Amino acid sequence: MWHGDYKFVLGNLVKKDFKVRYRNMSLGVLWSVLNPLVTMGALAYVFAYSGIFTKSPRPHIAVFLLTGLVPFNFFTMAWNTGTNSLMENYSIMKRVMVPRELFPIATVLGNSIHLLIQIAILILFTFASGLTVNRYWILLPFAWLMELLFVCGLALATSAINVHIRDTRYVVESINTVLFYFVPIFYDQQDVSQNLAILYRYNPLAAVILVHRRVLLEGVAPPGDIFWKLPLSSLVVFAIGWFLFRRLKAGFFDHL
Amino acid sequence: MPVIEFQHVSKTFPLSRGSKLLRVFLEERLKGHHRQVFYALRDVSFRVERGQSLAVIGSNGAGKSTLLGLVAGLADPNEGRIEVNGKVAALLELGSGFHPDLTGRENVFLNASILGLNRKQTEKYFDSIAEFSGIGDFIEEPIRTYSSGMVVRLAFAVAIHIDPEILIIDEVLAVGDQAFQEKCFEKIREFKRQGRTLLFVSHSGDTVKKLCNQCVWLEHGKVRAIGEPGPILDEYSGGKD
Repeated sequence: MWHGDYKFVLGNLVKKDFKVRYRNMSLGVLWSVLNPLVTMGALAYVFAYSGIFTKSPRPHIAVFLLTGLVPFNFFTMAWNTGTNSLMENYSIMKRVMVPRELFPIATVLGNSIHLLIQIAILILFTFASGLTVNRYWILLPFAWLMELLFVCGLALATSAINVHIRDTRYVVESINTVLFYFVPIFYDQQDVSQNLAILYRYNPLAAVILVHRRVLLEGVAPPGDIFWKLPLSSLVVFAIGWFLFRRLKAGFFDHL
Repeated sequence: MPVIEFQHVSKTFPLSRGSKLLRVFLEERLKGHHRQVFYALRDVSFRVERGQSLAVIGSNGAGKSTLLGLVAGLADPNEGRIEVNGKVAALLELGSGFHPDLTGRENVFLNASILGLNRKQTEKYFDSIAEFSGIGDFIEEPIRTYSSGMVVRLAFAVAIHIDPEILIIDEVLAVGDQAFQEKCFEKIREFKRQGRTLLFVSHSGDTVKKLCNQCVWLEHGKVRAIGEPGPILDEYSGGKD
């Protein structure tokens, strides 16, 4: 059995992920800032200024795109790296009885540091666009927490499956690539045809983006059903991930 | 009460371990045929009492690592019974618990926490760990700048400070230089005097004779011989030539 200190290990693993990613980059954490800005610039060009899709750019286009990109970037990064987290630490898992759940969870939490940085940029742009704080801002941490829970659940599930079936990570990467078009980043959820609304109704990521847009851009409350649908779907995904992980971890040693 | 006891332990692995791909998985599901298994350990029994030290020898693939994994509680045996009483610490394979881009200090904290120390204990032992490893100012440098000997020294220094009842060492010490090896042996002897147990995998007969009073020779997952290290090692090295 393992008698260690969960919080201490988790803290060290999170720090490791964060330090390792940035230590060898001369720009360091600046990449976290540049990455969404570059994507935002490209999207703004294609969908707003090039005249291909619309004649005149929508108001607050930078904030509009960032409210989609920031939650999306965190989601894909956390899920991709979380999926690979067990294989990345396989030499430790081969020797030490440290609780395996800690690896995917630490990786997701490590990514939330980038989320915080990107949220800061988002808020900066919000103010720069002349938008102001309103009382619904208090709902934003709720949305971030739900997203965190959702990604943790997915990462637990896919990291465990990835030990048994090694190409799971490529499946996850592909899903994330395609997902860019299926969550409202460069378009508004309201513009989607009614027949396809089902794609968005129980999608926690789309819900998180919707909360950001309603609150930051429009200054109004998100639709009421989000307050039970988002926690419910996130919790269900987390519970499934947790359960699956517990089922599969007994076989990890045989498959490493 | 024995510290470690194996009773008729067998451990199998599914074959075709290299091809864990989706295609293989689906084929197996669709055609319904099961993977064949191979025995990594077959009907292994032994017993280690307090303060004893057991050497595990055998050629590559004989099942040594599997045996250590079972002692560490990483997997359950398919057959037989295992009893392990006491905290186990494993000296990780040549710095595998270390990340090359982190400094020695950061790696000590990471490794200690994984092996089961809390923050207070790690802070308390840190100076002693750094001193034992003898790597000096390099402790603030990234591990990738270390020689392999330095990495082993640091890994050993951490593991010995975990204060385990059972210490698992898997043929890594050979990398350290003579002086450090002597220091490790001294520490291991001290460790044994305190009535603790050592589980040691090595290819070096001399080291085994120096440190262990019991020896298991594994061959293709079965116990070929068990007992005093001297005669077993003679036969083992004799058979190899």
